[in-house]
Amino acid sequence: MTRSIFLSLVFHTAMIVLTALSLPLMMKTPIDLPPIISVELIEISDITNIPFAPKARKTLEKIKKEEERVVSEQAPPAKIKKEKPDRIPLPEDFNKEKKKLVKKKQNPEEIKEQVRQVSEFEKKELFNPNQIAALIDKSKKESADTLKKNQKLTQSNVKTSFVSGLTLSEEDALKAQIFGCWSLPLGLPYQENLLVRIKLRLQPDGTILKSEILDHARMNKPGQGFYRVLAESALRAVRICQPLRVPPAGYDRWKDLQLNFNANEMLKG
Amino acid sequence: MKKLLLFIFYFFLFANPTSAFIEVDITRGNLDPLPIAISPFYVEPGSKDIKQGGKIIQNIGEEISKIIEVNFKRSGLFNPLNKDAFVQNPDIAHAKPRFEDWKLIKAQALVTGKVTVSEDKIRTEFRLWDVLAAKEMIALAFSTTPNNWRRVAHIISDKVYQRLTGEEGYFDTRIIYVSETGKKTQRYKKLAIMDQDGANVKYLTLGNELVLTPRFSPKNQLVTYLSYFRNLPRVYLLDIETGVQEVVGDFSGMTFAPRFSPDGKKIIMSFAQDGNSDIYTMDLTTRAVERITDHSAIDTSPSYSPDGKYICFNSDRSGLQQIYVMRSDGSNMKRITFGKGLYGTPVWSPRGDLIAFTKVYNNRFYIGVMRPDGSGERLLTENFYQEAPSWSPNGRVLIFYRETKSDSQGKGFSAKLWSIDLTGYNERMIETETDGSDPSWSSLLSK
Repeated sequence: MTRSIFLSLVFHTAMIVLTALSLPLMMKTPIDLPPIISVELIEISDITNIPFAPKARKTLEKIKKEEERVVSEQAPPAKIKKEKPDRIPLPEDFNKEKKKLVKKKQNPEEIKEQVRQVSEFEKKELFNPNQIAALIDKSKKESADTLKKNQKLTQSNVKTSFVSGLTLSEEDALKAQIFGCWSLPLGLPYQENLLVRIKLRLQPDGTILKSEILDHARMNKPGQGFYRVLAESALRAVRICQPLRVPPAGYDRWKDLQLNFNANEMLKG
Repeated sequence: MKKLLLFIFYFFLFANPTSAFIEVDITRGNLDPLPIAISPFYVEPGSKDIKQGGKIIQNIGEEISKIIEVNFKRSGLFNPLNKDAFVQNPDIAHAKPRFEDWKLIKAQALVTGKVTVSEDKIRTEFRLWDVLAAKEMIALAFSTTPNNWRRVAHIISDKVYQRLTGEEGYFDTRIIYVSETGKKTQRYKKLAIMDQDGANVKYLTLGNELVLTPRFSPKNQLVTYLSYFRNLPRVYLLDIETGVQEVVGDFSGMTFAPRFSPDGKKIIMSFAQDGNSDIYTMDLTTRAVERITDHSAIDTSPSYSPDGKYICFNSDRSGLQQIYVMRSDGSNMKRITFGKGLYGTPVWSPRGDLIAFTKVYNNRFYIGVMRPDGSGERLLTENFYQEAPSWSPNGRVLIFYRETKSDSQGKGFSAKLWSIDLTGYNERMIETETDGSDPSWSSLLSK
C-alpha cells in the first residue's frame, strides 16, 4: 500500500515538475523563420545566338579543330553490325516459341498487372513486380555501365550529359512556335482551371508520333464542356505546328514531351 | 518479409513514369479567327423549291450556307474561307470529306450539310468536322416548316459556335429597336423587330405615338417600352404574339426606363414626380408596386443582375451621374464608378461578370464594360454620340446605337445600330431598312 502511494507521489511530482518547466516554453513567442523562397532553376544553353567577334571566332575555331583532332584520335573504330542472313525458321524454333507461350498461360502464381486505365506512355514504364529479380540485375548492370561511362568522360562531356530537359533557348524556340499556332477559344470561363496537359511522343524530325490528353476524364464531366473545347484547341495547335522546332540532336532527351497549355493567364490579363 | 521490403524499395525507385517527360508551359496563344470552311449544303434530288413572300428560293442549300457564313464572319471569331477554293463537291463532302483537300486550303473546321424539302417540311442535317484530327465533332438534323429555313441556318450556326468556342451562340435571336424616319426635327418612331442579322423586319406600332427604350422579356413573348399616354410618358407592355398592349401600373406621374427582372415576373422602372425620380418594381401577376430607392436625387436606368439578387442603376446623388449597385430590396447601396466624366445606362451582363455602360467625357461618348464592383473598367468604343448598350444572350457582344453629327437644319443626321464584341476590335454596323435606335437583344429563341 505504502509502496503504491510512494510511487503515485513520485509520478505526480514528476508531472508537476515537467509541467512547470514546459509552461514558460509555451509562453515564448515562436521563432520567426524567414519565408521560404522557391528558386526556379533555368538551364542556359552553352552556345548563345549572339555572333562572336571575328577575333574570338578565329580562336574558337582553332580550339574546336584541336578538340576534334583529339576526339578523333581517341574514338574507337566504329563497329559494323553483322547482318544475319535471311533463313527459314527450323521446326525447333517453332517449338521454342510455343513453349514460351504455354509457359505464360500456365503460370497461375503470376501476379496480374494492375488493372487500371493507363496512358500509352505509362504502359511500358509501369513497374512489374514479377520482374524484381530482373530489375535488380539490370540496375546493377546499369550502375556499372554509368560508372564505366563516367570514368571515360572528359570535362566538357560531363557538362552536357547531365542536361535532361531542354535548355532555355531551345524551350523558348518551341514555345514561340506553339504560341503562334494556338488559337484560344474565347468563350472560356476564366474563373475555372484552364490547364490542359498533352503528352507527345515525337519523331526525330519533330513530327508527332502520338499525342494524348491527360485528365481525359474531365472532358466528359458535366459542366466541363469548355474543357473539351480547350483541349481540342490545344491538340489542334500541336497538329498545325508540326514538325515542332526541336533541337537537331539529342532525340532521347526530348522524344517524350509534355505540353501544359494554360489559358488562365491570357484570359485574365 | 525481405521480398516485401525489396518490393517497396524498387517501387519507389522505378515506378515514377512521369519523371521522364520534359514539361513545357504554354501560356500564350493568338486570338486570330479560326479558319472554317462552310461547304454549300447538298440538296437532295426531288426537293421542292421554297416560296416565301412571293419569292422563290432556288438553291436552298447554298442560301443556308451563306447565312452561316455571314453569321460567323460577323462574330469575328471565325474566318469563313472562300468557296471558290473548295475542291470537294458538297454531296461527297457530307458523306465523308477528303481531309487532305480541306487541309490544303488551311481549313481547321468544316461544316457540311444536306437539305430535303417536301411539301410542308424542310429537313436539314449538318456535320461539323475537325479537319486536322480527321473526325466528326457534331452531327444534328432539324425538321421544320419550309418558311423557317433561315432559323434553321441560325440554329446550325449556334450549334457550331458552341462546339468550337465553348459558349452558347447568339444567332437564333431577335432584336427589337425603334425605327426612325423623317427629319431630325420631326422624327416618326415605330417599334420594329428583326432577326439578329437584320432580316425579317416587322413593325409593331404605327408611328403615331413616340416610342422609346423597348426591352425584351427573358421569356420573349413580352416587350416593355415607353410611350405616351394622355401626354405623359408611361411604361407599356406589349405581347408580340397577340399584339395586345397595356399601360403598366396606375402611376400619377411619368414612368420610364423599364426593364424586366431575370425571371420575367417583374418590371423595374423609374417613376418621376415633382422633379424627383426613384426606382420602383411592379409584379406582373399581382400588380403590386414596390419602391426600391428613396432619395431626392434622380435615380434611373435600373438593371437586375442575372441571379436577380442585385440591381445596378445610375444616380446623381453625388452631384454627378454615376453608377451604383444595391441589393434587390434597395439595401447595401454602393457607388462603383469614380472615374472622370458621367456614367449612365448600366446593363448587367447575362453572364453576370460585367456591367456595360455609356460614359460621357470631354463631349465624347464611350461604350464600356466593368466588373460589378467597379474595377477593370474597359472602354470599347468612342464616338460623337452613342448610347444604350444591350447584351447578346451569351454576354459576348453588345448592340447599341450611334448618331452622326448634323448641321443646324438637321442635315447629315442619321442613327444606326452597331454591335461590338468584348475584345473591342470587332465593331460592325447592322443594316436596317430605316434609321434605328434603342436596340434590345432577345434571349435565344430555341434552347
